[in-house]
Amino acid sequence: MPITITMPALSPTMEEGTLAKWLVKPGDKVGPGDVICEIETDKATMEVEAVDEGTIGKLLVDEGTEGVKVNAPIALLLEEGEDKSALDGAVHAAASAQAPRAEEPARKETQKKAEPEPSPAPAASSAGQGDRLLASPLAKRLASQAGLDLSLISGSGPNGRIVKRDVETAVAEGTGKKAAAPAAAAPASKATEAPAAKPAVLATAGSYPPVTDDYEEIKLNAMRKTIARRLTESKQTIPHFYLTIDIELDRLLKLRKDLNGRSDSYKISVNDFIVRGAALALRKHPKVNAQFTESAILQHRKVDVSVAVAIEGGLITPVVRDADRKGLAQISAETKDLAGRARDGKLKPEEYQGGTFTISNLGMYGIDQFVAVINPPQAAILAVGSGAQKPVVKDGALAVATVMTATLSCDHRVFGGAEGAEFLETLKGLLEDPITMLL
Amino acid sequence: MAKQFDVVVVGGGPGGYVTAIRAAQLGLSTALVEREHLGGICLNWGCIPTKALLRSAEAYRMMQHAKDYGFRIDGTVQIDTAAIVKRSRQVASQLSGGVKHLLKKNKVTVFDGHGALAGKGKLAVTKDGKAVDELAAKHIILATGARARALPGLEPDGKQVWTYKEAMVPESLPKSLLVVGSGAIGIEFASFYQTLGAEVTVVEVLDRVLPVEDAEISAFAEKSFRKQGMGIITGATVEKLDRKPAGVTATIKGKDGKTQQITVEKVILAVGIVGNVENIGLEGTGVKVDRTHVVVDGFGRTGEPGVYAIGDLAGPPWLAHKASHEGVTVVEKIAGMDVHPFETWNIPGCTYCHPQVASVGLTEEAAKKKGHEVRVGRFPFIGNGKAIALGETEGMVKTVFDKTTGELLGAHMIGAEVTELIQGYAVARTLESTEAELMHTVFPHPTLSEMMHEAVLDAYGRAIHF
Repeated sequence: MPITITMPALSPTMEEGTLAKWLVKPGDKVGPGDVICEIETDKATMEVEAVDEGTIGKLLVDEGTEGVKVNAPIALLLEEGEDKSALDGAVHAAASAQAPRAEEPARKETQKKAEPEPSPAPAASSAGQGDRLLASPLAKRLASQAGLDLSLISGSGPNGRIVKRDVETAVAEGTGKKAAAPAAAAPASKATEAPAAKPAVLATAGSYPPVTDDYEEIKLNAMRKTIARRLTESKQTIPHFYLTIDIELDRLLKLRKDLNGRSDSYKISVNDFIVRGAALALRKHPKVNAQFTESAILQHRKVDVSVAVAIEGGLITPVVRDADRKGLAQISAETKDLAGRARDGKLKPEEYQGGTFTISNLGMYGIDQFVAVINPPQAAILAVGSGAQKPVVKDGALAVATVMTATLSCDHRVFGGAEGAEFLETLKGLLEDPITMLL
Repeated sequence: MAKQFDVVVVGGGPGGYVTAIRAAQLGLSTALVEREHLGGICLNWGCIPTKALLRSAEAYRMMQHAKDYGFRIDGTVQIDTAAIVKRSRQVASQLSGGVKHLLKKNKVTVFDGHGALAGKGKLAVTKDGKAVDELAAKHIILATGARARALPGLEPDGKQVWTYKEAMVPESLPKSLLVVGSGAIGIEFASFYQTLGAEVTVVEVLDRVLPVEDAEISAFAEKSFRKQGMGIITGATVEKLDRKPAGVTATIKGKDGKTQQITVEKVILAVGIVGNVENIGLEGTGVKVDRTHVVVDGFGRTGEPGVYAIGDLAGPPWLAHKASHEGVTVVEKIAGMDVHPFETWNIPGCTYCHPQVASVGLTEEAAKKKGHEVRVGRFPFIGNGKAIALGETEGMVKTVFDKTTGELLGAHMIGAEVTELIQGYAVARTLESTEAELMHTVFPHPTLSEMMHEAVLDAYGRAIHF
């Protein structure tokens, strides 16, 4: 009996993925560890390795197929001594393994529609500790019938499980409606924002007809859908406010040149300094290193800095873990490695999920300053512009300094203007006198 | 000097002792005051001893059908009433001892005596009219239970006119019996005595027996009881009881206004209960009493701060598991846990007559009255392999779903062992399952529980075996 290879779950929340590419064809011999295909999720392209030894008998899913459910059979592997005739029964068996779903259209539809993965959005106390959205089957169905987004409803059952009464309350109060903003409302500076940490349903787009009849249609990939949904949610649910500050970089640039001149084993960028500076400032100001939930503000003890990286088809935020405990050289090396693999779509979920603060830097594009949209469930994001020589007034006289403008977008539910300002003041102090980062 | 506790529970029945144990588990210093028996009515004079009696009746019924199962009994099977009662009492006393042990294990201090409120946060304990202790607690939970209701002219005398208590310990089996009231208590005794050979008549004021059950189940039960030879008069009231040494003559008035008289050896009154609200110090407090029951909110709070009431004292349904559930909710709330108000909508009810009856949730009629469009599923015992093998083909399972949402609104069962089956539906309701989850659940073969599956499938036109 041939071995059935199924769609793997590449992350705990993964429900389906795109079979991006087959790296084997029928007749190829494979062994444990051999890469057989690439699977694209909303975040990354990951390689799938064979577990068993054998000869590829048949590929059941065509390359490029979207929405392949986790555990669906994707290929059949012939064991030693089996020939192709063994495939006939197996193909049928593999197909029928999926059949019960089709027999219960009502159920299937309900699950598909009503099981949006949770966003770790502020209200989602029902997301609990894990990634699963806790909701009763009845609550899921009621929400689906009422057109409500379960992730926007807070649960009152055991462990924050969303139960019937929660959905009924939401219906009565008119809350929990699926976001109805058109996708076009996403900010122009979208490229600077961080994408979701988790797969999620797309915010319902407005049903506008095409403005012209001459256009190229770019299908939304999973990542773009997530970005659209999460950023819409962020802008609609988080009361943003913005603090902008100028930071003089002359001493930092001098130190950087000095450090980079000492060894070829590293090449520290201005951004690496900013990551370290922000991490140290976050340690000092835990109010900014925080997360809003329904019942409490969670001030994280770990400082994990997400760094926004623009990639083909979207953007992603790999995380420099414990950035406050790492030296410049290590931050530099890690960031480079993460960004490189991000562009290749090879990040693992744990490498882009769960940061506590995000830095988005568009300095290399000559952008003077901009504001970014908070990457939920974080409470702040720092938007960094380019460092350029500018006239400044020092001691009553005009002078020239290299000035960089940074803007902090803040979640006002978590902290206020003064607290954000204190954080920026600390950050400015560290970057303007970078030797103090040694302290 | 009053002895100080966090929580004092008054009454050691299934409401009180469970409450006390839960409070102790939560780290609250807890006392329990009980005047008579730990375990309360349920354990000593209710649920448990009657189950022992009914088990004896069941054994007798099996012996009468011995031939069907391949046995020949030479001679006759003799009923030893004293032994049946003795067994029932032993079962009760074994469990009462168990409760004592559980309380001790959980470090609940038990006071033997009668508890009554005595000022803010104070409770006086008396024994035989003498003050023995004074307790002080921030939270006093009243769980004093209830007793049989007496109707004017029908007062029980303990000799010819019984309440549940006398009915549970008969010295001999009455030849004829009138049971007034066809709720769970009345019907269980009717079934017990009927099985053991008494000529039983049941009078019910409403138009059907087991009136809280789904109408279809009531009708099924009535038919079955009649087949066993039980007399059933519905829509009728007992006007008076004429007690003579030779027997009691009851005057029964039907809904058409006509009266009839029947003479029986014994009468059992089972016309509901009244809460034990007297002599517990409620006077002058903010505790409100409505028709013998203490008025409480969803967390058992009365009108008096720091005083709570649970169980039978706090109103229907009069079920042990309802009392336990309420008590646990009350103390968890006191302990600051995030709990939900009492959920009476999901309390299963069981009646251990023959055939057994069990239900949870809304009846079809109640569901429609609440505005639900319903889908109803039914499955008969005769379509179930295990039921046929057991020789128990009498019964049915009925499910009521909301047509739009697929919510299991209610489930109603009659037949062998249904009291053991109903919790499957109760779990489904607690988890808020829809028909999809129930259909998708695997029910083992061969079991009676397969009928529960089929009754769900049937509501959607998909029953396999019928």
